[in-house]
Amino acid sequence: MSLFEHNNNKYKVIGKDIKRIDALEKVKGTALYAADLYMDGMLYGGNVRIKEYPAKVTKIDTSLAKAIPGVVEIITCFDSRAKKHSWADYCYMTDEVKFCGDVVAIIAAESKKVLDQAIKSIKVEYELQKGVYTVEDALKEDAPIIREKGVGLVDGLPSREKKGNIFIDSYYPVRKGDVVEGFKNCDVIIEREYNVPFIDQAYIETEACLVYCDPKDGSITGESSAQNPFFTRRYLAEASGNTMSESRLIQRTLGGSFGGKEEGVGVQIGRAAILHKATGRPIKMVNSREESLMDSSKRHPFNFKYKIGATKEGKVLALEATLIDNCGAYNNQTQFMNWRSSVHSAGVYEIPNVKTDTFGVFTNNVHGGAMRGYSSPQVIFAQEQLMNELAKELGMDNVELRRKNIIRQNSRTATNQLITEEVILEEMMDELLNRSNYYNKKNEYEEFNKNSKSFKKGISLVTCFRGAGLGAEGIDANGAFVQATEDGSVIISTGLAENGQGLQTAFAQIAAEPLGITIDKIHFHSVDTHAIADSGMTVASRGTTMGAQSMKKAAERLALIIKEHVAKKFCTTVDKIDCKDNYYYVVDENFPSNYSNEKKVAFKDICNERMWGGEQLAVYEWFKPELNDYNHHTGQGKAFPTYTYNVCIAEVEVDINIGSVNVTKVTSGLDCGTVINPNTVRGQMFGGIVMGLGYAITEEIELNKGRILNDNFDSYILPTSMDIPEMDLVLFESITKEGTFGAKSVGEPSTEAVGAAIAGAVSHALNKNVDHLPCSLESILKYMD
Amino acid sequence: MTDCKLTINGKDYTLKVEEKWTLLYVLREVLGLTGTKEGCGTSDCGACKVLVDGKAVNSCSLLALKMEGKKITTIEGIGSSDKPHPIQEAFIEAGAVQCGFCTPGMIISTKALLDGNIDPSEEEIREGLSKNLCRCTGYVKIIDAVNIAAAKIKELK
Repeated sequence: MSLFEHNNNKYKVIGKDIKRIDALEKVKGTALYAADLYMDGMLYGGNVRIKEYPAKVTKIDTSLAKAIPGVVEIITCFDSRAKKHSWADYCYMTDEVKFCGDVVAIIAAESKKVLDQAIKSIKVEYELQKGVYTVEDALKEDAPIIREKGVGLVDGLPSREKKGNIFIDSYYPVRKGDVVEGFKNCDVIIEREYNVPFIDQAYIETEACLVYCDPKDGSITGESSAQNPFFTRRYLAEASGNTMSESRLIQRTLGGSFGGKEEGVGVQIGRAAILHKATGRPIKMVNSREESLMDSSKRHPFNFKYKIGATKEGKVLALEATLIDNCGAYNNQTQFMNWRSSVHSAGVYEIPNVKTDTFGVFTNNVHGGAMRGYSSPQVIFAQEQLMNELAKELGMDNVELRRKNIIRQNSRTATNQLITEEVILEEMMDELLNRSNYYNKKNEYEEFNKNSKSFKKGISLVTCFRGAGLGAEGIDANGAFVQATEDGSVIISTGLAENGQGLQTAFAQIAAEPLGITIDKIHFHSVDTHAIADSGMTVASRGTTMGAQSMKKAAERLALIIKEHVAKKFCTTVDKIDCKDNYYYVVDENFPSNYSNEKKVAFKDICNERMWGGEQLAVYEWFKPELNDYNHHTGQGKAFPTYTYNVCIAEVEVDINIGSVNVTKVTSGLDCGTVINPNTVRGQMFGGIVMGLGYAITEEIELNKGRILNDNFDSYILPTSMDIPEMDLVLFESITKEGTFGAKSVGEPSTEAVGAAIAGAVSHALNKNVDHLPCSLESILKYMD
Repeated sequence: MTDCKLTINGKDYTLKVEEKWTLLYVLREVLGLTGTKEGCGTSDCGACKVLVDGKAVNSCSLLALKMEGKKITTIEGIGSSDKPHPIQEAFIEAGAVQCGFCTPGMIISTKALLDGNIDPSEEEIREGLSKNLCRCTGYVKIIDAVNIAAAKIKELK
């Protein structure tokens, strides 16, 4: 049985409900987030923006602002000190405003209040230009060209031969088998189109930083709400003109990120560094909620055009699709994210013939970036609605259609990757069908709907998978440092970052396990780029599954060093030594788990002996996984070392008179590989479900000519404690040789099926093809028209 | 600037404030009480909640000058440095803390709720937390924490 609850855990610390090691300071209010930092002589930095785009700025009048007492520095985009383009496509400042987040001037002032007044006093003159806001308009032959690097379509596919608005680096084809032949053998073929909007990560902490010169060594230092401290250091070094070795980034306690605190946080720290250089004083920058919504990246909107064919028995033979996403005006993510979209573009199904094309298009909107799932919530929504539509066309049960086509051990994915590992997807489906009483409810709801005029009920099951970690998108390498001290306490550090997800606690468990010590002995030192090496970004749900591999290696090596010491002490060999609860002991062959014999020594005593004896007590290790053999031109090959599988069942009640959707229950099952911390996994899953609920029903960035209309939480509607459904979580474990202690990804899979499952349930309730998200009041009423 | 007398966490302060300064601005920018967070500035997220005469209110939308004569409690006034309040302990035990940014506001709302009702129903808890946004937890473990806190407080009585 793969249920986590049924598995006999062989570990001491792994798989246990360890309380979060960073919780105490958070409940006391003493945890310092970047906006909580203050310094003597500190100035407040802020940004000047305009409200129409695209536009060419012709003049900036700063005279009124300069006259305000307490305004210390104003740097406009025309100033010789203004650094414009950053290394990552975005601008620190620009006179060619392309979207709502672009900044035309920056200001430093003695207080927040003076700063706000100064920003309002700047007069900007500009010439408005013709903009493009939708993918459809951007792809028109006569559309204005937004970016020099944009290309056009030739025979319906992106081509460098022509100018246009397509971001060519984000184009990924998948070619498996022969779809023309495949469709010839199908009894049923359907075509459907789906659309999803921009949405915001909506972390409650907005972006913030403090930049100053470290008096101890002269390094420019940025303390920031950075999801990826090393990535943010690049902006700090570039904008300040310092070398990386003289640019230090310290990550402060992070108030949520979900992919959002990457580019926006980077250009923010760059702007602060420019102001710091100009004034010589510490600069603090904190985004208001409105600025956060304008400036930070969003989940990409997609337009999906799908064609799928199957035999009358329900075997899918061919799938063809175009997946086009709206990149906004600048982009540093679509070229990576769309690879993931392409790999997952045919769902968790074994389909012999697949042809999909995925590419992004520039518009004058806010930029699409990373948001929890990195295209999966969008793709799964379209893909699973498509399967429901196919089942309807075949006259077949939704679940049975999936059962006939899901990936199993020895299946080949859309990228023709042979899945050699154990796949427990069908077992997961059956467990969830039972637990949720799916078939009885389905019948009951259909009976109810026949007689109910105002309310309609629905239930839907979604299956999906997610490549764990970066896969062939990048190199999933990482490093970790474990140092024991003379009193037996241990400091661990890594280049990966705690973003609120629970990484500190998971990494502490992973270090404690081989070392045989208890969690209270471990201190996690948060990322300081002067103290630990770059380990890549904390993204792609890679932290625990891939990023902790080096932590495990380092802790294992230190444990071996300690065991050698103990073996020598008791005149035995290393293989006879085990460790547990802060003791190392000689294993009694008759009682292997008993360490109450005399041949034992406390970890702290060994540490003390080694310290005074001048012996090694610290280990740094590096982990680099095998490279995946993948062809990006054909979209064929091994995409990921392992996959996380997910099944989600949602139930809804729809009031068709007012259009409201009440999500009554969500049952979610996740293949965790190995569960490192059940408490943390459940926290991720509950949060993921509620975030998915927002995506399904209420969340959408409303735009008018690139201007964001709902720029705070009064109009951008997040789910509250009153909106949450009954939730049943099912944790599964499976066998994989990949991942730290066999752990797979959790953070993103927790949310990515939820929107699709809720949309499917709405579709069942209304007996309509739900073709876009969110299922807003207006949308429901339109379906019922 | 006007003189303003505030009572915060049992301590009396006499400050010079401007008419338009909010209580949140004074707490964070003047007094350095940064446990109270700003998430929206418009009274929509609840991260800035403090207790004013026992009621949980958004300090971002209250003028500091209007707070004279009232008893203000911030997260720094809940529990002591060596002994967390039972509500704080309950948040840790329940696993109700993830990124932690909404946590002080949630704890303030919980305090106001439990001070008035030590036996809240699930519905009353949800209602009591409904003005506090959280993006990480899905609220479930926060609701669990309120139940655990209620039991702890009853035990102490």
